[in-house]
Amino acid sequence: MAAVSMTVNGKAVTGDVEPRTLLVQFLRENLRLTGTHVGCDTSQCGACIVHIDGIAAKACTTLALQCEGAKITTIEGLAEPGGKLHPMQEAFREHHGLQCGYCTPGMIMSALDIVRRNGNNLDEHTIRDQLDGNICRCTGYHNIVKAIEAGAKAMAK
Amino acid sequence: MSATGIGAPVRRKEDFRFITGQGQYTDDVTRPGETRAVFVRSPHAHAKIKSIDVGAAKKMPGVIDVLTGAQLATDKIGNLICGWMIHSKDGSPMKMSAHPALAATKVNCVGDAVAVVIAETIAQGKDAAEKVKVDYEVLTAVVDPAKAQAKGAPQIHPDIPNNTIYQWHLGEKKDVDAAFAAAKHVTKLDIVNNRLVPNAMEPRAALADYDAGTDNLTLWNTSQNPHVARLVISAFIGMAPEHKLRVIAPDVGGGFGSKIFIYPEEVVCLWASRRVKRPVKWTSDRSEAFLTDAHGRDHVTHAEMALDANGKILALRARTIANLGAYMSTFSSSVPTYLYATLLSGQYNIPSIYCEVDAVYTNTAPVDAYRGAGRPEATFVVERLVEVAARQMGIDPADLRRRNFITAFPHQTPVIMAYDGGDYNASLKKAMEMADVKGFAKRKREAARNGKLRGMGYSTYIEACGIAPSQAVGSLGAGVGLWESAEVRVNPTGSVEVLTGSHAHGQGHETTFAQLVSERLGIPFENVSIVHGDTDKVQFGMGTYGSRSGAVGMSAIVKALDKIEIKAKKVAAFMLEAAEGDIEFKDGKFTVAGTDKSAAFGDVALNAYIAHKFTGAELEPGLKETSFYDPTNFTFPAGCHICELDVDIETGKVDIVNWTAVDDFGTIINPMIVEGQVHGGIAQGVGQALMEGAYYDAAGQLVTGSMMDYTMPRAHDLPSFHVGLTETKSPSNPLGMKGCGEAGAIASPAAVINAITDAIGTENIAMPATASAVWTALQKLQAPKAA
Repeated sequence: MAAVSMTVNGKAVTGDVEPRTLLVQFLRENLRLTGTHVGCDTSQCGACIVHIDGIAAKACTTLALQCEGAKITTIEGLAEPGGKLHPMQEAFREHHGLQCGYCTPGMIMSALDIVRRNGNNLDEHTIRDQLDGNICRCTGYHNIVKAIEAGAKAMAK
Repeated sequence: MSATGIGAPVRRKEDFRFITGQGQYTDDVTRPGETRAVFVRSPHAHAKIKSIDVGAAKKMPGVIDVLTGAQLATDKIGNLICGWMIHSKDGSPMKMSAHPALAATKVNCVGDAVAVVIAETIAQGKDAAEKVKVDYEVLTAVVDPAKAQAKGAPQIHPDIPNNTIYQWHLGEKKDVDAAFAAAKHVTKLDIVNNRLVPNAMEPRAALADYDAGTDNLTLWNTSQNPHVARLVISAFIGMAPEHKLRVIAPDVGGGFGSKIFIYPEEVVCLWASRRVKRPVKWTSDRSEAFLTDAHGRDHVTHAEMALDANGKILALRARTIANLGAYMSTFSSSVPTYLYATLLSGQYNIPSIYCEVDAVYTNTAPVDAYRGAGRPEATFVVERLVEVAARQMGIDPADLRRRNFITAFPHQTPVIMAYDGGDYNASLKKAMEMADVKGFAKRKREAARNGKLRGMGYSTYIEACGIAPSQAVGSLGAGVGLWESAEVRVNPTGSVEVLTGSHAHGQGHETTFAQLVSERLGIPFENVSIVHGDTDKVQFGMGTYGSRSGAVGMSAIVKALDKIEIKAKKVAAFMLEAAEGDIEFKDGKFTVAGTDKSAAFGDVALNAYIAHKFTGAELEPGLKETSFYDPTNFTFPAGCHICELDVDIETGKVDIVNWTAVDDFGTIINPMIVEGQVHGGIAQGVGQALMEGAYYDAAGQLVTGSMMDYTMPRAHDLPSFHVGLTETKSPSNPLGMKGCGEAGAIASPAAVINAITDAIGTENIAMPATASAVWTALQKLQAPKAA
């Protein structure tokens, strides 16, 4: 077992983990932050995407120990402390960008990274191209694309 | 229409918890003292188990127990079953072999579970599972359904000769043969409906908790129908009496059919929890899901259509071999029979139809219902035949369809179904306008200048949904009735809970069902809660599949609301000192007809409970009503999808440039949600047509066993969709609903393949039409004939 400490959603956390523990296991099992999901075991689906020091990463392919000292943001850390939703969360609801909800946290975290890399004025082609690392089985992506476009614009306000 | 009533695009109640990471899926649930189950699975497709040695595994750190199929048998845990009896054409019942939850003597597919490790942590469980020593005697596998019945093929189950489960048929062969003999034109096609892996994004999971104090078992699992799971696990597997078993299906991350079925893992978790007296959780990883979730489709079909000189369809015949895999999954037998051949009339007036289906065992994962279940296979047969026939006869494909559309209802097809309503010309016409069919030739010329071959393909599909009248399905072999239940509980403060036997796993029932109640009772949408997915709360229900929750589930709510109104009027009559017959109910208010005397819904609810205005002799207190609604017919959603695409001449890559869907779903409760269902269905159908395919090698190894090998549609593989609606109400249920969940997946594969073959000028191309397959087809077309 090895000690690890990091900041998750603004709070300092520590844990005692096996070296093989994945970040997603640490978040889900040790911290009980179950909003980050596991949809595959080959780093394909993106249901586990979180932000590590502000950059999107797949928590299923990251060891917890690699995150020593890092700042992690998960889906649970997006809304304001008072409960006001992040504009991207709001956009997914407004545009029906989710059905079963399982891929949604990863989609939203990935969408924010698309905005970080490409700015607030996103066209459909860019969004579809940049969503390559996220799989949704319910929506056919149509409304996810619309939600990301709208959410990106709302973030500029 | 109110802002939250029927027909309004209300934003979903469910969404807040999902977009904030607060959904509660099965793997998110934990119990004190929880252990983890890790399965030891067969690496061979077909082998005898000579011995299993768990000694070393049991000594591994954190291991609580290691259990095998022999112990399962000793504890008299029953086999998994298939709940739909099909009879062969000679009258004999289908041949179903035993399916133990843990294989004890023989494995029949890769991934067959042979032992389970119960450990403190999943890592310890996995370490220990590697120490379980299984001595196999490997046998030759049979993988290809078309070869499963061949002389000398390996026998999978000793009690099932020729690996043949049934040889079934439907229709009048003599009539069909006569029509073919007299036909001016016959179109023939060989079709493989490719095997698919459902891949709901949430993998299956089960958490079992045995309470020794009460002898009660609780199971949290990823189920589309928790009550059916409880019934089967209790009555057939014999795990526990029904009243001692509670099944909870909390938030479920997609199903598409694959979570209807009762699987070995949940049975083993329940059994293990009782043995080790601690909660036992299993969560599938994606690799296990590929190997063990029931797959979909996998038909090999030869189909023929007979037409007269004017393009009038005279008859259709099809012979299909359906691969059901190594074991018969819960409803597998019904999919290639009564959910398939009964839809071979499509939207057309076809005088005679004959279909033969052989269902076979192979050394592959079980195959069962996947979005559409049999109806996509039927639509593909019919819509490919119609399209090819039109091209062969030099008739415009839309025109040939029109010449054969059913226009008078009710219409009895030669294959059981009685279509009760629809307007197929209307959906075709609207789709052709939306797709700008008139401008297609010009667009095709422009595409050619950019090195692209443009094609257009239609699919005018029909499906049978709202599954289904219990007596009808019972006569066809179903082991259960397919009604639905609803209980409406009005609280003293006037808020309402609806307990439904339907189960939502992405469909948004918490929203649409509340819209119905809000409109009907005239109360705020926010004052309605929908409760589902817990056998301790909802008494019984049949669950969600087959696009049934609107047509059947909501009909049950309507019937319960009718009873609520009747009872509430009685209460209002006492309150307003009027005759019950004089009470009118509108917009949430009870009024004495012709007066200004009225009582609000909330006041009536309160008075029903405080019971101060009437005696017990006059009226029972309370306001709660239940309904079990059994539909009178299937519903028949239908429509027209048009796919326009470009094929890159150099690479064979297909780009869908425009997708038009015009569907008739009857009454729409929430158009936003309905459109979302259509989008998702199309994506799965396009996936089947262009990229998805589950492949086993000759030894029975699944070579598409991960998301790196099995191509899931991604955002850049798909266009935005143009979705439109026409509306004819279903005459078979009180709301006039037809169902929308499967239409996209049913319609779309044929539209894609019709468009590709139109673009490249070939008659047929197999699914999935990958770039490589299309490029190969192009090379063959361009090769000199003499070569």
